[in-house]
Formats: sequence, structure tokens, C-alpha cells
Amino acid sequence: MSASEDIFKVENLTMAYGDYVVMRDLNFSVSKGEIFFIIGGSGCGKSTLLRHMIGLIKPASGTIYFRGENFSGAPQDKKTEMLRQFGVLYQGGALWSSMTLSENIMLPIREFTGITKKEAVDLADLKLALVGLNGFGSFYPSEISGGMCKRAGLARAIALDPQVLFFDEPSAGLDPVSSHRLDELIVQMRDSLGATVIVVSHELASIFDIADRAIFLDTSSKSQGPIGSPRQLLDCDDKNVRVFLNRGVDPRRRDNK
Amino acid sequence: MVWKKPKAGVEITATAHIAASGDGAAVLCFSGDWLLSERRSPFSKIERFFAGNGGISKLTFDTSSLAKYDSALISFLFRCYEICAQKNVKFDMDSLPAGPRSLLELAVAVPEAGKGKKGESGNIIGKLGSTAIDALDTFKAQATFVGLVTIALYEALRRRARYRVSDLLLIIQKSGPEALPIVALISFLVGLILGFVGVIQLAKYGSEIFVADLVGIAMVREMGAIMVGIVMSGRTGAAFAAEIGSMKVNEEISAFRTFGISPVEFLVLPRVLALILMFPLLTIFADLIGMLGGMAIGLGLSDISYEQYANRTYAALNLVQISTGIGKSVVFGLIVACIGCQRGLECENSSAGVGMATTSSVVQSITWIIVADAIFAVAFTIFDI
Repeated sequence: MSASEDIFKVENLTMAYGDYVVMRDLNFSVSKGEIFFIIGGSGCGKSTLLRHMIGLIKPASGTIYFRGENFSGAPQDKKTEMLRQFGVLYQGGALWSSMTLSENIMLPIREFTGITKKEAVDLADLKLALVGLNGFGSFYPSEISGGMCKRAGLARAIALDPQVLFFDEPSAGLDPVSSHRLDELIVQMRDSLGATVIVVSHELASIFDIADRAIFLDTSSKSQGPIGSPRQLLDCDDKNVRVFLNRGVDPRRRDNK
Repeated sequence: MVWKKPKAGVEITATAHIAASGDGAAVLCFSGDWLLSERRSPFSKIERFFAGNGGISKLTFDTSSLAKYDSALISFLFRCYEICAQKNVKFDMDSLPAGPRSLLELAVAVPEAGKGKKGESGNIIGKLGSTAIDALDTFKAQATFVGLVTIALYEALRRRARYRVSDLLLIIQKSGPEALPIVALISFLVGLILGFVGVIQLAKYGSEIFVADLVGIAMVREMGAIMVGIVMSGRTGAAFAAEIGSMKVNEEISAFRTFGISPVEFLVLPRVLALILMFPLLTIFADLIGMLGGMAIGLGLSDISYEQYANRTYAALNLVQISTGIGKSVVFGLIVACIGCQRGLECENSSAGVGMATTSSVVQSITWIIVADAIFAVAFTIFDI
């Protein structure tokens, strides 16, 4: 894909909490319409990178570009405008517990589109139906299961037809069937909405199932590892990546035994 | 895309026109940009068409004039699908472009479920019945909880209760010494108010000296214990409810239960013990500060000397009066601790639930303190105390 199709570009990004550097000198881009995974071991900074990409944390240094414009250094009003093109599904769904599922979805719709309440209700019903929760609009988050909370969170994330969808550990806490169904939903969302999808995960099944490309964050060197399709990563020379993708076993050492 | 609010008064630019095609089918033609930011044809048009055309068996679509679209179109189609399902009309999905079709297929893939959750009776008698049942359930839960706390206290006396003494000491520090400033402020102001009202009224009869009796007896018998109860309901009882409620939301309470540790012993008991110990001490402190407030007004607004005021207070009070206030404060401490902890343990698994538990804890504690005080007043009168 050509550089003009890059929807996100990360340049020399260093992430840090105070003096503690999480990752340094990250350089990568995400193309429009692709499903891009951020992978790596626990505590390597995957979620921190995602939080940088959605503007919740300021980079220690470096720049994040969205559609060619400086996102990380944009003034707040410009950043808010860009953020409306993002949809984010947090780990636990992050639904507002004092609101019903419908109200959760209607809040951003009513806030940013100015459509009537009736239209917003119809739209919320549609979004819930898209994630398989048709008829659950009057339920509160505490009244549904964790998997349903995630799907409702996805319905809220797609409320404004976003151009970029972010998923933070979408499979965490889900059974394999629900996890697979969520993976299918992610692909369907990409195909139907034409959205770009960025997923933080260490769920190998999901990575091999749906990822177009992935970046590996190497916690030992605090720098980025290789980028490529799951198959390319599996065959790469970086031992840490091979070990990660083979659940702690380096296949080359195993084969030599 | 960036959303823009549709401008009021602008003519409809995204239209949907429906017409019967003669062979029992109807064709719905879309034209223009079907975006949420555009003025769109209302859905009522489709509803009216189906209401007036009973013989329609199939709905097809003409999208040759459709330009851009977003969720506005999918939502419109979704409602069309629902109306077709209701009226047994075939919905021709194949005549839609690939994008809307795939989204619509996704939306209708899982049949509607979950309706009827709010199946409460709508009439007033039903609501009254539900409220009465809820009240009875709450009373039962509170009675059970008091029973569990009593058992835990008994176990504590036998030194068999499982809780950490370090937790007890920390709660004592938080609910005792750390509460002194606010208790002092409130008690001083209450004493001040009592003294002010007393001096003004008693001056009419030339008996300002009796303001010492009024402030002393009122503080020691009633106001000291009640004000400590109210302050501690808002300060410590609410904190107990929020703390234990948050632990429940984070499944920490379940973790205790799975280890076979009783949350009542481990969490509630130290809190109850702490308040039972601290309430009488705080009440004695509040009594003294309140009398100091009354004295400040008594000495400031009348010709009473310090010695006169102190002697009068000493003469007015006796050990029985002091004991009644302190005795009541033990019960108030029990009420605040039990209600705070119980609300926390019964909190719903959400952040809103924690808020509700905290509010409910404060309201119920204050209510029960006043109710208990009224019962004490009647009992003391009957027994001539």
C-alpha cells in the first residue's frame, strides 16, 4: 500500500511514565482498512501505546499523525474533532453503569449529531442489533454478562460510524466461542463500515485468524520488534517473536532436538 | 466523517419514495445522501404506506440514485425490515447494495431477545405491593445482618473471630482521632446555638444563669450523642459503605467467601468494634466542647461569671444524665457501623451501585438514630431516668 493510504503514522515515539521509559523510538504506520495488531508480552506497553494513539497520554517524545495531520500535538479542539472519528472498545467494555445500554449508545449520538431522540433510539437499536444484542436496550450493564458488556461496548464504539476502531484486549475474559464471534464481528465491522481496526491483544488465535499485520513490542529491549503479517512474524529471525507466537517455545530449538 | 448537526428548516435532501409496482410488490427508491447530517424522509411515510396497502407481499429497493450513506440509511432499512417481519412481507435483501446489505444481515442475524425485563405492574396497587415486598425484604436482610454481627461479636468475645487487629487499630484511628476536628466544630456550634437561644429567652425572666443547665443537660443527654451520630453517619458510615461496596464490585468479597473467610467477621466486625469504642469517647468530647460553646455565649451575652456558670453546670448534671448520653452513643455507633457495612455488602455490582449504597447508608443511619433516640426518650420517661 502506498504511503498516502496511511491512516496512522507513528514517528520516533517514546512512551514514558515520568522517568520510567516504557518503549522508545517506535516507528510504524497503519494503512486504511487494515486490521493491525499490537502484540507483545504482559507489561510491554501495548495498552499504553493504544492510549497514546487515542490521545489519553501525551508522548514523552515523537509524533503521532492521523490522516497526515499531527494528532499528538494538535490543539484540544482539533484533537476532539479527530477523536470523533475514533471508536474505542475498552477491556471491560467501560459502559456507563448508571445508564441502560441504549442510553450508553445514545449519549454520543445525541451529543454529536443533533438528531431527534426517536432517531437516536432507532440508531441505538440498530447498533445493538449489529452486535447481536437486539432487544437488550433497556438493560443496565450490571444486568448482563461480561461478554455481552463487551459487545455492548462495541455497539457504543461504532455509534458514530468511526473511521478507526480501537480494541483493547477484546478477547480477555471471554470463552473461545465468544472470542471467535467477537473476532468475526471485528472483521465484519471492518468490511461493512470500511473502518481501520487497531487491536491490542496477546490472544494468538485472534492474531492468526484476523490480523493483516502486527507489530511486536519487545519488553526486553524496550523497543519495537518486527512488523508484518502473522505468518511473516512466525518465520522471522527475532527469537523473542518466535517464542511469543509459539507460546513460550522456540520452534527452531525444538526442531533441532 | 465529522458530524455536523442538520440545519433546521433546510429541505429534505435524502428522500425515500415507496410505491406499489402492481405484482403485489412495492419498490422503495432512495435518492440523495443518506447521512445523519442531512434532512431525510421521515419513516412515518413507510408506515402509512403499509397501513393503506394490505396486499403487499414483497418489498424491493431501488438505490440507483443513492449517493453517500451511513448509519442513517441502515437504521431506516432496519425499521423497514421490522415492519416487513410484522406484516409478513418478504424483504428483498438482494436488491440492496453490498455495503448496506452486509450490515443489515449482521443486524438481523440474531433474533430480538431480552424484551419484557421491566415487567413490573403498572397500576398503583401493584406498585404498592412491590414496594411493601421490597420493604419487607430489606427488613429481613437487616435483621439477618444484625444476627450475623451479633454472632461475630460473640465470637470476638471468645477470641475466635477472624479479623486483623491492625485493621481494627487503623479504623479506630480513622473513625476516632481523625474525626475530632469536625466533631469539635459541629459540637461547639450546637452549644453556641443552644446557649444563644437560651440566654435570649431566659433573660426575659431574669434567669440567664439557667442557660448553664439548659446547655449542659441538652448536650449531655441528647445533642452530644445525636450530633456525633449524624456527623459519623456522613463521614464514617458512608466511607464504610463505599469501601465495602467497591470491594464487592471488584469481587474482593467473593474472594473472601471462596477462602471460607466470613466477610462479616473480617470486614464488618473491626468496623463495628471501632465505632462501639469510639462513639462514647467522641460523645464525651462533643459534650465538653458543646458546653464550652454554650459557656462562650453565656459569659459573652450576660453578666454571669465563669465560676457561676461552672458551678451551675456542675449542679445541673449528674452521673445518670451523663450515662444516658454515653449509653445511647454506643447504640448509635452500632447503628452507623451496621448500616454502613450492610449497605456496602448489598451494593449492586456497578459504580452507580456504590453511589446508591453510600447515599442509602447515610439516610438510613440518620433515620435509625432519630428513631432509636425517640425510643430511648420514651423508655427513660417510663423508667423515670
